[in-house]
Amino acid sequence: MARMTMIQAIRSAMENTMERDDNVVVFGEDVGFFGGVFRCTQGLQEKFGPQRCFDSPINESGIIGAAVGMATYGMRPCVEIQFADYVYPGYDQIASEASRIRYRSNNDFTVPMVVRMPTGGGIFGGQTHSQSPEALFAHISGIKTVIPSNPYDAKGLLIAAIEDDDPVMFLEPKRLYNGPFDGHHERPVTPWSKHELGEVSDEHYTVPLGKAAIRREGAEVTILAYGTMVYVAEAATQETGIDAEIIDLRTILPLDLETIEASVAKTGRCVIVHEATKTCGFGAELMAVVMEACFYHLQAPVIRVTGYDTPYPHAHEWEYFPGPKRVGDALKKVMEAA
Amino acid sequence: MSPDKPASGDKALSLYVPEPEFRPGDTPDFSDAPIPKAGAAPRPEIDVEASDIRDLAYTIIRVMNRDGKAVGPWAGLLSDDQIKVGLEDMLRVRAFDARMLMAQRQGKTSFYMQALGEEAIACAFQKTLQPGDMNFPTYRQQGLLLSTDYPVVDMMNQIYSNAADPLMGRQLPIMYSSKENGFFTISGNLATQFIQGVGWAMASAIKGDTKIAASWIGDGSTAESDFHSALVFASTYRAPVVLNIVNNQWAISTFQGIARGKAATFASRGLGFGIPALRVDGNDYLAVYAVSKWAVDRARAGHGPTLIEHVTYRVGGHSTSDDPSAYRPKEESDAWPLGDPVERLKNHLIAKGVWTQAQHVQARERIEIEIAEAQKLAEKNGTLHDGPHSTPASMFDDVYKEMPLHLRRQRQEAGI
Repeated sequence: MARMTMIQAIRSAMENTMERDDNVVVFGEDVGFFGGVFRCTQGLQEKFGPQRCFDSPINESGIIGAAVGMATYGMRPCVEIQFADYVYPGYDQIASEASRIRYRSNNDFTVPMVVRMPTGGGIFGGQTHSQSPEALFAHISGIKTVIPSNPYDAKGLLIAAIEDDDPVMFLEPKRLYNGPFDGHHERPVTPWSKHELGEVSDEHYTVPLGKAAIRREGAEVTILAYGTMVYVAEAATQETGIDAEIIDLRTILPLDLETIEASVAKTGRCVIVHEATKTCGFGAELMAVVMEACFYHLQAPVIRVTGYDTPYPHAHEWEYFPGPKRVGDALKKVMEAA
Repeated sequence: MSPDKPASGDKALSLYVPEPEFRPGDTPDFSDAPIPKAGAAPRPEIDVEASDIRDLAYTIIRVMNRDGKAVGPWAGLLSDDQIKVGLEDMLRVRAFDARMLMAQRQGKTSFYMQALGEEAIACAFQKTLQPGDMNFPTYRQQGLLLSTDYPVVDMMNQIYSNAADPLMGRQLPIMYSSKENGFFTISGNLATQFIQGVGWAMASAIKGDTKIAASWIGDGSTAESDFHSALVFASTYRAPVVLNIVNNQWAISTFQGIARGKAATFASRGLGFGIPALRVDGNDYLAVYAVSKWAVDRARAGHGPTLIEHVTYRVGGHSTSDDPSAYRPKEESDAWPLGDPVERLKNHLIAKGVWTQAQHVQARERIEIEIAEAQKLAEKNGTLHDGPHSTPASMFDDVYKEMPLHLRRQRQEAGI
């Protein structure tokens, strides 16, 4: 066991799977010799050679389209899109192709492919390096969408994703790469070496897709969150003293409906937190799930705390970012409602 | 200065919007179209550099001359028996198309797309492949499957979305899939398969395999960005892939000039990537075979990709939902200078003295009966409107390998 950053954990996941299965290949922009702009693929080319880990042209539809072709051949490509903000040219290959090839061919062809991409803000990346497009993936049937919140999960979920026989979108909250972040940007950064979920085995292990984790058990309100917002929710809970149950969804599709429903039925209140824009964000789906299954348990209207429906503003990062103050206010509001 | 008046001395700009030469009511005349002589194009070695064969991207490689004789360096690759098989393959596509077009008109299915006039391209190309190779076709390459032993009745079952449809009624008619026969599942989206074929070929190379891929695209969809993606990936990694453009002149109602503004040939786009590019008479079965074989051999030998532009003409409508008389002269296909691929190959065999008109009629009738019998068998399994189909509950299957909870719940709610 060792303490790893999320970057090291993600690299370790690729290394383990590449060792076990020579069908696993890694490619994307700058991922080869250089090891990726966030260093997630560092050393993989040196260890496995340029045919297993290589640089691609700057062409996201090409990266994902070629990966689809490789997967239908029988390989397990794990490709990197440099920022989630850049995935859109490859969206057709995800939404119209990877997601439907199993179905439309009646299992004649399948696409065991992973598309990794750094997501979210909190790093002063401006509107082209900060987006959270997870709802655009969750809307598509036939793909899975995973968003880890810590190094231990990142490794186990990525191995599970690479070994999964369906296409997986793997969104890595880039603000969590080097440490948990609770939104208190004015405070010193906490490294993963000081967090228990930074404890990661060098060995192969998996964390199952489609299963949420209860990060904090509580009785008064359920907070549904994923990625960076898990730590914001923890800070808000601590600061308000409200006994919240914090659910880290980890996989947003397939969604762990049973864990969500059981928690809200127990607490009777729900706050949904994500960094992505509000309208048609994944929170809208979560709210619908809660209303359909738990309406008669609810003691207060469900509240969403999200990014605003604007592009991510560079200078106003912290007004935009849903921090612990906004989440705390939402917690108080649902507690005051009844 | 008024914004809508140019400054003195400057000419007002205007947008150039290309128009086809002939519209309904015009008399099509292609006598000015440069059609190179059969046998004139040289046949390079397969390890040639693209820059050494630039001319082949601008000419039209042809084998059969007006007398039906096969001439020049691309001739002589097929035996008489192989050519007869090729002719029968094309007749099978034509008979299949005629039957299925009629079935759609009779309301037995929703949609059909014929390959009338383009049969030589897919039929000849398929004969250059080996078992295990993979085509990434568009919707107009039924000739690839019909030139293999894939059951005709299963193609019809798919078209009817009936109880025996291998794709469970999930796909629009003609979007076949057969891994075993080297036919990738057709999308219906345009151009996406062009880069997927390159990725498949890259996988074959990474794994040290000997298989190659063939990607297919139409003239209109070369405008899609995935065409560019395919060329840049194929070129960069020297993928063992043959990149086929079927230039049938029309993308639904849009003439090929809208995809390139008459600036250059489609084949010539390969040259900017250093990909050898060959332009071939797509209605000349022998030329298509020879050029395709060259490209397939080149890919398999590890020399990398080839771009082929098959020049042809879409004689029928785009699909059963299209009426071409609304945008092009009805006489245009007859005036088209490259002729009919079936007639040309038949005349070649007759000129060689190994085939007669009577044998041809006999073969055509035999194939038409085979197709009609297959249709009867397929219709026993049902048609789109009269059923039977796969069970409705099966629509929830195979979205994922294992059905997630939300789909199980939806199936339950549907009560099926």
